[in-house]
Order: sequence, then structure tokens, then C-alpha cells
Amino acid sequence: MSTTVEHLPGDSTPGQDQDRSASVRAMLKGADARRKRTDRGMTVMVYLAFALAMVPLISVSWTVLSNGIERFNLYFLTNSMRGVFGGIDAGGIYHAIVGTVQITLAAAVISVPIGILAAVYLVEYGRGLLARSVTFFVDVMTGIPSIVAGLFAYALFAVFFGPGIRMGIVGAVALSVLMIPVVVRSTEEMLKLVPNELREASYALGVPKWLTVVKVVLRTSVAGIVTGVMLSIARVIGETAPLLITVGVIDSINNNLFEGRMMTLPVYVYRQYQQGYVPCAADAADCISTINFDRAWAAALTLILIVMALNLLARLISRYFSPKLR
Amino acid sequence: MAQRIDVKDLNIYYGDFLAVEDVSMTIEPRSVTAFIGPSGCGKSTFIRTLNRMHEVIPGARVEGTVAMEGVDLYGDEVDPVAVRRQVGMVFQRPNPFPTMSIKENVLAGVKLNNKRISKSDADALVESSLRGANLWNEVKDRLDRPGSGLSGGQQQRLCIARAIAVKPQVLLMDEPCSALDPISTLAIEDLIAELKNDYTIVIVTHNMQQAARVSDRTAFFNIAGTGMPGKLIEMGDTATMFSSPTQQATEDYISGRFG
Repeated sequence: MSTTVEHLPGDSTPGQDQDRSASVRAMLKGADARRKRTDRGMTVMVYLAFALAMVPLISVSWTVLSNGIERFNLYFLTNSMRGVFGGIDAGGIYHAIVGTVQITLAAAVISVPIGILAAVYLVEYGRGLLARSVTFFVDVMTGIPSIVAGLFAYALFAVFFGPGIRMGIVGAVALSVLMIPVVVRSTEEMLKLVPNELREASYALGVPKWLTVVKVVLRTSVAGIVTGVMLSIARVIGETAPLLITVGVIDSINNNLFEGRMMTLPVYVYRQYQQGYVPCAADAADCISTINFDRAWAAALTLILIVMALNLLARLISRYFSPKLR
Repeated sequence: MAQRIDVKDLNIYYGDFLAVEDVSMTIEPRSVTAFIGPSGCGKSTFIRTLNRMHEVIPGARVEGTVAMEGVDLYGDEVDPVAVRRQVGMVFQRPNPFPTMSIKENVLAGVKLNNKRISKSDADALVESSLRGANLWNEVKDRLDRPGSGLSGGQQQRLCIARAIAVKPQVLLMDEPCSALDPISTLAIEDLIAELKNDYTIVIVTHNMQQAARVSDRTAFFNIAGTGMPGKLIEMGDTATMFSSPTQQATEDYISGRFG
């Protein structure tokens, strides 16, 4: 069979076809010079904004890395500040790592269940006045200055243990006040993303509501919830002011959340910076006058590395749990 | 297996809004009953009252009785969760669980209810349900792949397999083919014809040819205008409904003349 298209009677001649093509070509050419200019201008601005946003990030990373790398070694990570004084070339942050990890973990243990359950209530059960007021107060909590959270936790424990109380757990409570609203908000958004059809599919199989919430809604959104929790941890792990009030400062290792002061990384950085230059005698062999700043930078580097590691872990977890297509 | 459903004087509300008014009908066991009618006339709302899915929506409620073999599904001692185990449902859009494999989707009714099942029983249930949904041959080599990787028609048959794995008495289908191409639609229609040997089937459809092809009895719903409640106009044998309906509105709708 022939595949050429026949000209039907009444169809135009080849000459007319060319005229029409020319006019269509002119129509489609897009002679809109103004739009092209705007497009180019906006593209340049978007790239510029991106570059501008990268400047502080790269600058901070570079400064912390270049200043902190010198003292950042195994000795620094595995020793405390006990018995370290003046400008001697010693001292580390082991006690601060212990404190930061324990206090942040305890804060997460307190806030994650409360936050997730509150979000489940708001999305799956909450109606009317109670739900609206919970939402409102969560919003208010988001705006609490961290120092106020610290004062609150201190005042709460002072009621039971008397004034001057300083314990790791008080700091954890202060951090959880800051953490809970972040967990609630992010979890709420994730739960709202779960299509209603999945809930109905589960109900239609004769699955009770609470099992639907646990095994379908939470399971479907777990990747996003993990990401939200990790972000909230990253938000509080660098808090300084509330920990200064509630946990205090110490030079030696304290492994007990429920007794005595603890050191934490942000407070350590602040403390070292505060101590400033060490006046070294001209002939002192074992004296570095910038030792306190060096330690502060190295501790800051450690803190950033911990946050980065947490973020990587969150990505791995959320990739593992997220729905797969094939 | 299959049971008969009697609906009497049913009014369906969303809050204060009366969505469907005064429906009485009998749904025969081991048959296919089709609901037809224009959009918004309450077919889907009505079908959702048959397994108490209606009340999942906040503020939604019903008056009247829906009785399965004489037992009122809205009675005081009746658990809506138990009702939904006896009256399964397939939705308009295929909705397999995205976090589950094909096999887990079929077993969802068992697994989500925390019931223990031996591996051999589970495998047998997966195979029989997927065979029942005419999907076994297409997926038997990839049971551990995610259900969302299947085509739309396969996903819908997976949802049917998931529904019949719970071994319900009645199967409700709310426009099961509206998101599917003609070939997948044909597969589902063939499946409905097989399933009616074991189940009571109720199907909502906008496709009149489909209602004529698959159903034994047809109910026509209509609505007088926006804001007015939907009503059951007429119900009868499909052959009669499509050849000589008693109501003018039914004839107009079926023949495409209305308004």
C-alpha cells in the first residue's frame, strides 16, 4: 500500500501550502523580546541569590574547619579538662561530648513521644476547642526564647530540689520545651500528607482506627517524621543559654544525668572563648597563649560534625522506610 | 457466604444536610446490584452506609435501618469494625498501601489486625485471593515488589484481592473502573461476573453499558437540584430497567435525554 498522503479535492496547491507555512512560522517564532530579557534577568538573579546564600555557609564551614582542625585529634576527643590550667598544651572535650549526647538524647526521649502523640491527636482525633487551643499553644511554644525555656526548667526543678539545683535532666527538660513544638509541627505536616484513601482502605478491611493510625498512617509517614525529629535535634543540640542556667559548667566527666553539673559542647565553646588569651611568660616552654580559642574552635568543629552525622543518619533511616515504587 | 441486605427508610445526613432521603431497597444475595444516576445524587454516599464507612466522615450520620439477614447494622450492639469485615469495599481510585509489597497488600486485612497466620496459610490465602482477582498469573513472580509499581488496572485488581482476602459476605464497589482503560475495565467486569457466585456485589457506576452488562438488578438515583437530597427513583431487574422503566426520569436518564 502506498503511504503518501493524497491531496483531497478542494485542498490547496503546493504554492499556497508554502505561504501558510511561512505565516505559521512567523506566528510561532516568539518575537517576544521582552519576555526573553525578563527570563534572562531572573535567571541571573536566581543564581546570584543562590551564590549569596552559599557565602556564609562556606565561610562558616571553612573558618571552623581551618581553625579547629589543628587541635581536633583523638587526644582532644578522649580527654576532659580536669586538672588543666593556664596555657598548658592539654585538655579535651570528652566530658562535653558525654554531656551533649546524654542531655540531647534525654530531651529527644521526652519530646519525641509527646510530640508525635500530640500530632496524632491533632490530625486524627482532635476536634473543636481543645484541638484549636493545642495548635495555638504549640505555635506559642515555637516562639519561646531558649533562655526562658531554661529558666522554666530551672524553676520547675527548684520547686522540688531547692534553689541552685543543677542536673543534666533539668537541661534535657529545658531542651524538650524547645523541641516539642518542632516535633509536633513537622509530624503534623507529615501526617496530613498521608492520603485519606489509605485510611479508608484500612477501615474498609475491618481494621480499627488505632491500628490504622499505627500501622498505616504512621508507617506511611515514618520517613518524614524521622527527618522532622532529626531537624528538631539539630535545632536544640547547639543551644547554650538554657544549658548554662540548668546544667552549668564542670571540668571533669559526669556520666550521671540525675546528679550534678555536666559540660556540654556549646557551653564548652562559650566557656573557652570567655577565658580568652593566656598570658604566657616569655620563657615558658609549655604555654600556648591562644589555647582557649583553639579548643573552642575544635569543639565547634566537633559539634558541627555531630550534627552532620545525625543528618546523614536521618537520611539513611528515611530512605530505608520511605515507600518504594518498584 | 453471601447475605441479603434490606434497607428501610434510610435518611443520610452530613451534619444538618440531608444528602439522601428515604431509601428503601433489597439487595439480593449472589447477585450484582448496580446503582446508576447523575453525579451528586448520593449513590456513593448510599453505598458507604452499607458498611458504615459513611460515619468515618465527621458529622455524618444516618436514620433508618440497614439490615443484613434481619440484623440491623446500625444496632447498638453492632461494632462498625466488625461490619466492615463482613462488607468489603473497593474504591474509585486504586489505593494499595504504598509501604507494602503485593503480598503484604493482599494480607493487609490480616496483618493490620495483628492476627497471627502461619506462613503456609498466608501463602495459600495470597494465591487464592490473587487468583480470585484474576491477578495471580501477572504477579506471581514478583509478590515481594511494591504494589504501587503495578499498572492502574492491576492495582485495582490488587485492591479487590485485598478486599476478598478478608472473606467478606458482601463486596461494595464504588465506581471501580472509572480510572481504568477499557481493557482493564473488561478484566474487572469479568471478575465481577465470577465473584457474584460467592458474594453479594453492589457496584456504583457512571457507565450505563457497564450496569447493563454486569448487573442483575439496577437502582436509579436522582436529584431534583443542587442542595436537594438525592432519592431512589426506581429499582428493578436490569433488563426491565433498561427496556421499559416505569418512571419517566429513569427512561430519560438511560436514553440520554434529561433536563
